[in-house]
Amino acid sequence: MSEPVEKKLRLATTSLAGCFGCHMSFLDIDERLLELLPFIEFDRTPLTDIKHCGPCDIGLVEGGVCNAENVHVLREFRKNCKLLVALGACAATGGLPAQRNHLDLADCLQEVYVTEASLSRGGIPNDPELPLPLDKVHPIHEVVKVDYFVPGCPPSGDAIWKFLTDLLAGRSPKLGHGLISYD
Amino acid sequence: MSERQEFLLDGEEVPFIPGQTVLQAALSAGRYIPHLCYHPEFKPHGSCKVCTVKSGGRTHASCTLPARAGLEVDSATEEMNQLRRTLVQMLFAEGNHFCPSCEKSGNCALQALGYDLGLTHAGFRHFFPDRPVDASHPSLLLDFNRCILCELCVRASAEVDGKNIFSLSGRGIGKHLIVNAASGRLADTGIAATDKSVAVCPVGVILKKRVGFAVPIGKRRYDERPISAQALEDAPRPPAATAIQETQ
Repeated sequence: MSEPVEKKLRLATTSLAGCFGCHMSFLDIDERLLELLPFIEFDRTPLTDIKHCGPCDIGLVEGGVCNAENVHVLREFRKNCKLLVALGACAATGGLPAQRNHLDLADCLQEVYVTEASLSRGGIPNDPELPLPLDKVHPIHEVVKVDYFVPGCPPSGDAIWKFLTDLLAGRSPKLGHGLISYD
Repeated sequence: MSERQEFLLDGEEVPFIPGQTVLQAALSAGRYIPHLCYHPEFKPHGSCKVCTVKSGGRTHASCTLPARAGLEVDSATEEMNQLRRTLVQMLFAEGNHFCPSCEKSGNCALQALGYDLGLTHAGFRHFFPDRPVDASHPSLLLDFNRCILCELCVRASAEVDGKNIFSLSGRGIGKHLIVNAASGRLADTGIAATDKSVAVCPVGVILKKRVGFAVPIGKRRYDERPISAQALEDAPRPPAATAIQETQ
């Protein structure tokens, strides 16, 4: 990569109904993270202490949408990020969490919090502090417009590196053969 | 051998034997046209439409288009590949293709085609179908939510195994794979894990039990070479070409 630019690109990331695996894969670019830092500045991400997403150039979203808070966060990202990126299988398709889509939500909660034998005084949590789950898990493009998808569960560090360096160089990101994977 | 005849595929001459379709002749000649429901051992089916090509200003499924001398066919164009991408995206959106937990991942023709066409997402609202698995059989499992309705198992079971175990039933988006038993259960059929109908499923619908995830990542069928290369290796060669290969 060339000389550091004057104005760094602001990058926000978040995990909705994700497993943080896509973030780990992002960190899997290893020491290339140091190469990246002269060009980007982190906004809200699990890696910083910033609580809300401000105006950003790129927003990386891992995870599908499974509860009300996910919807609020996703809309905040869409409002503030020039480019919104679905990172990983969950954000792009709902992913494995969407395997609950053929189950009744009330049955799931009943099974986990009430019927489960190891619970002595079970009960479905009902504090308003807790976000209500949606009846289905959705890919993020069913809630907001998405500009790019980086598939994989998770995408490899190399795929994320290629994607980001393409964007930073002003190219339309292209994942060639070997960098596109769905598993 | 009959008289050598040729048609034009993307401006290049492709020889064919009368009776061959455009897809068959192209594959025999080492020219890849993407396809899913076509299998060299079975009669063309024409359901996936991925092999669509353009000729005479119209689109045709090349698996059912008879090769004719002088025919001009366009296949490797941006227009045709864009159409193919959309078709494969429709298949992904229509089923539950959760590759991260599928035993067929890396060995799946639909997935490999997605990679080849550079697909990063399904592009449509996912249908999330809800068809229960059939785990009744002691050595086989059926996950109907991954079925692409290529009918290869239907054809293999009827034509090769002589058992007629599978059918498609229903209409429109309700169309789905069924098991030909009064109970509808795979356990109540004469299917065996060694049947052609089991081996031929290009996706993760018909699975053998207790053998999943046995192949390391990196060694799976489409990890090694893309589907375009494998399809050419699987294609029947004309006698002359086969003879040359065997002497090498």
